[in-house]
Amino acid sequence: MFRNASYSLKQASKQIWRNKVMSVASTFVITAMLFVLGLFFMLTANVNMATEGVKEQFNTVEVFLLDKTSMAESLKMQKSIQAMDEVDSVVYITKDEALLNFKIRFGENSYLLDGLTENPLPNSLRVTLNDLEKGEIVAEVCRTMDGVEDVRYYATEVNKILEITSVLEKVALVIAGLLLITSMIVISNTIKITVESRKDEITIMKYIGATRWFIRGPMLCEGIIIGFISSLIAFGISSALYIKIVDSFATRLMLLASTTLVDAQYMIISLGIIFVVLGISIGAVGSIISMRRYLKA
Amino acid sequence: MADFYLLVHYIGEKILIDFNNVTKIYDGENVGLVNANIHIDKGEFVFLVGATGSGKTTFINLLLRELRPDSGEILINGVDINKLSNREIPQYRRAIGTVFQNYGLFPNKTIFENVAFAMEVVHTTPRTIRRQVPQLLALVGIPEKADNFPKELSGGQQQRVAIARALANNPQIVIADEPTGNLDPATSLEIMHLLEDINKHGTTVIMVTHDPEIVNKLKKRVIEIDQGHIVRDDKQGGYVANV
Repeated sequence: MFRNASYSLKQASKQIWRNKVMSVASTFVITAMLFVLGLFFMLTANVNMATEGVKEQFNTVEVFLLDKTSMAESLKMQKSIQAMDEVDSVVYITKDEALLNFKIRFGENSYLLDGLTENPLPNSLRVTLNDLEKGEIVAEVCRTMDGVEDVRYYATEVNKILEITSVLEKVALVIAGLLLITSMIVISNTIKITVESRKDEITIMKYIGATRWFIRGPMLCEGIIIGFISSLIAFGISSALYIKIVDSFATRLMLLASTTLVDAQYMIISLGIIFVVLGISIGAVGSIISMRRYLKA
Repeated sequence: MADFYLLVHYIGEKILIDFNNVTKIYDGENVGLVNANIHIDKGEFVFLVGATGSGKTTFINLLLRELRPDSGEILINGVDINKLSNREIPQYRRAIGTVFQNYGLFPNKTIFENVAFAMEVVHTTPRTIRRQVPQLLALVGIPEKADNFPKELSGGQQQRVAIARALANNPQIVIADEPTGNLDPATSLEIMHLLEDINKHGTTVIMVTHDPEIVNKLKKRVIEIDQGHIVRDDKQGGYVANV
């Protein structure tokens, strides 16, 4: 078995080298396919992260309480809101805490607030939602409670975000489908060409008395090596590209965007795993399919 | 397995190839072979002639166990090759050397590697391969071409390589399917002499051909097939029957 493996590997590398044009062509096709899939992965990962980030910023409902509402009443309200299925957590924020937060947010300009003789901010309950889409229900319930002055929930903004993300998801699905179909067509065409060029060779090997694995081994190795090389090239190009994007994003676009990109190290590791697994499987499956027709007996 | 050993290694049997009432019809209508009885002894030289589609290729594919007959039996050294398991087929084929009209060399392997492949198949050690391949290339008259690729050789030279490869494992039978089909008359004759030499050393040679000149010149046994039927079997025949 070991002898066969080393024989296959030796033959495969020789054949790849001798068959340069075909090898380069297949490598190019697989690399291109992987690279495009990689780009798509980078895009969706970032869009996902961005929408999650935005959703997190908007997944709160603020319930402002009347000043006359007592502490006991407030805590009772907190409990009943907390009991709702749509609610993750409820925090009671006193008017003093609210003012302090305000001052912190104002930073250097907080002296402007020093002129206030009286705290104009109300006590409030900050409700964090389980599910962004259920916000309206929670807000409605809170509005009907006694002792509530006002409920602030960014309904229109949230709806817009939900709309955008659902469109993005659909677009992503369509692109993914198209990419998958084109990859399959391109790769199966490449395999067809390889099969045709190998048909006679396989037949002759059979007549000479080579066992199926003796024929299959080197060709399988060839597919795996080409797939592996392709995945390395695609990995190199896309991780370099991603690092570049993250860099320029950090220096130039940070101010414009409210979220950051997916961490480069995490992205590169994911890409590496995806590419190597995909590349090797494409190479292996491709060569097995291409041989199957001629290796029945 | 005892049977199988007999098949590949037994030398003493007189009748080597024995087709008994073999019939092969494709898709129930296209005639391959009909009730064919062919007996070929060890060491014979046989020409197989007939029009295109007459059944010559069917005969070869049955012999190589690429096809199974619809009825009848095919005995090689007394063993029914249709009872071989899938695992035994490659081993059986190693006892047969095959030469094709279009040479059938591997385009991306050197001449040395082309011949060596047949020996690698039977797990010959690299040392033995390095020793024997040059001997085989010398035997077929092209000792200096080992490092060339097939496309750098003439048709006649490529056919010599194919013959060297067919001989690599000391086969009992050499099947040549129109080996001179793509060659000019002079080169064809050289190839025929080579096959005759091989036959003189005891290897059975079965040659399919369309070339009347070669058949008439060599005066060997001629089996003619027409639409699947054996219509002639002359001990020392010509390309067409003597009327």
